[in-house]
Amino acid sequence: MNVHEFQAKSLFAQFGVPVPRGKEITSPEAATAWANELNTPVFVVKAQIHAGGRGKAGGVKITKDKTAVAGLAKELIGKTLVTHQTGPKGRQVHRLLMEEGANIAKELYLSILVDRDTGWPTFIASTEGGMEIEEVAAHTPEKIIKEAIDPAVGFQGHNGRNVAFALGLQHIEPVVINPFVKMLGNLYRLFMEKDAALVEINPLIITKEKNLIALDGKVSFDDNGLFKHEDVQKMRDLNEEEPLEIEATANNLNYVKLDGNIGCMVNGAGLAMATMDVIKLAGSEPANFLDVGGGATKETVAAGFRILLKDPNVKGIFINIFGGIVRCERIAHGVIEAAKEVKITVPLVVRLQGTNAEEGRKLLAESGLKLEVANDLWEAAQKIVKLTGKAA
Amino acid sequence: MSILVNKNTRVVVQGITGKEGSFHATQCKAYGTKVVAGVTPGKAGQEVEGIPVFNTVVDAVKKTECDTSLIFVPPPFCADAILEAADAGVRLIICITEGIPVNDMVKVKRALRGRDVRLVGPNCPGVITVDEAKIGIMPGFIHKKGVVGVVSRSGTLTYEAVHQLSTLGLGETTCVGIGGDPVNGTGFVDVLPLFEKDPETQAIVMIGEIGGDAEEKAAEFIKKNVKKPVISFIAGITAPPGRRMGHAGAIISGGKGTAAEKMKALEAAGVMVVKNPAEIGDAVKKALGR
Repeated sequence: MNVHEFQAKSLFAQFGVPVPRGKEITSPEAATAWANELNTPVFVVKAQIHAGGRGKAGGVKITKDKTAVAGLAKELIGKTLVTHQTGPKGRQVHRLLMEEGANIAKELYLSILVDRDTGWPTFIASTEGGMEIEEVAAHTPEKIIKEAIDPAVGFQGHNGRNVAFALGLQHIEPVVINPFVKMLGNLYRLFMEKDAALVEINPLIITKEKNLIALDGKVSFDDNGLFKHEDVQKMRDLNEEEPLEIEATANNLNYVKLDGNIGCMVNGAGLAMATMDVIKLAGSEPANFLDVGGGATKETVAAGFRILLKDPNVKGIFINIFGGIVRCERIAHGVIEAAKEVKITVPLVVRLQGTNAEEGRKLLAESGLKLEVANDLWEAAQKIVKLTGKAA
Repeated sequence: MSILVNKNTRVVVQGITGKEGSFHATQCKAYGTKVVAGVTPGKAGQEVEGIPVFNTVVDAVKKTECDTSLIFVPPPFCADAILEAADAGVRLIICITEGIPVNDMVKVKRALRGRDVRLVGPNCPGVITVDEAKIGIMPGFIHKKGVVGVVSRSGTLTYEAVHQLSTLGLGETTCVGIGGDPVNGTGFVDVLPLFEKDPETQAIVMIGEIGGDAEEKAAEFIKKNVKKPVISFIAGITAPPGRRMGHAGAIISGGKGTAAEKMKALEAAGVMVVKNPAEIGDAVKKALGR
């Protein structure tokens, strides 16, 4: 789960990581009121959406004029921002972060995540602050500093010093070394205690006044760890999520919307991905990823149908079930019952394999439903692509 | 011969009185697996299908000499359950549970380091040595004794591959589900050398997916150490970046972990990479010259 910058920064503050004084703003009036309270030479108004590249898309405004903030807030709230991370449809802005400006002397990059190879939480740092770290890693890998933290003992001072000296802080600004080491310790605590998946500060700045400040902040959380943290759950912003994905989650389905025409419903995540791949191989494009889980029932299949059919791009549906513990004839019953409840308006191909597959296929064939039954994965994929036409 | 588990493996099921635990303990026993004990705290003295239940894994080990644990404990308590099994002296821990927080697994993995215990999973279907022991949730009947070792990050996609191998008469030796989580106990590089050494295994099917670099690491290992033919399918060539595709570990992040990169690395290591998941069985057949 992702959260907004203002939420990330409130967590930073909670864990002793310095951030600019700022506040979430949802109206021009609130902007003016906060500007009066802030009383600072420079005001920064930042659109809050779950995507990077906001600055380039016009989502960040800076002014020295206290009376101008209301106008800027009015301009940004309701505006749709298109950045390289939002896709062409863009994201509508519902809230802003308004904070004091800073005098930047130097920009750094800092993040922490679990290195999947070692299974250890690992800091990544670079002197190339403000740039995308993937770009830095691709073009100047020698500028990427990594420091793994032993989870058995947690963060130690030397971990912080290793990063600080590798960055060359002793040459850049020696007085920030100690606060920097302390900051890394605090970020490690935040990362572990809140079950974060990524904590990123880009840029982390050294100000002309020789202070360290997290000028931007991004935190995403491990969905599996959310049950431990009510405060984090409350940060979820449904405006930032695809409506069909919200509906799927409510039905315990794992759904990701894509841009193709063939809706697919599959049991198991790996097989669901493989089904998408085989649709492409057969000459079309998948409309989604949908894993109905190990225990596909009438209810989950019906919910799956409803979600797939709400996507106007869907021109056909491919159900691919490998019955293991779940028996295929029960899934066939589920499909038949669900099809009675939900009007299926597009071609449907059902492929059943595994436990009692033959019985299941027979039930479907005799159900009177307008659908095609298949035994084999490739045969099924070719059938649905033929029925819906190849992708343009 | 086989790898990891065989007909002598003695299994304790942690979380045996739960819905999943009792169902699958029964299924494993029916397959012929020696399921000798179950553990649910506070339920000692009960039985599940004739399997005695103990309060702790220590008790189960003392009374039944079980050496392998199969875990169905819910995510919030699962890290504890894995460490309990390790501390009780179990040598192999197979964790089925999906949804364990990553940072819990970070601590578990660190705690198991350097100890004489192997963790398979979590978030996996388990391990089966055909006609000897089924320790997991896979449907036993799709397997057929044969010559192919299977190692996979997925569940139902593995069944798909196994079904093809069985239908073509090739059959399997052992199938190992290493699971779909980003931090797990056993990787491809741990299982590949076991198959390479196993005299019954003539070919290896490796099923990967987007996310992480386990497949790239496997490619490096295969290039240097594996003489047997390896056939691989990587799921998720159509998956968009930045989105988690069901499995917690199946995500392309920062442009890394794409299916295309993995296929390229494997092909460069001499692996036969199959683009169509319906053709895994045929490719193995060809590789074995049958």
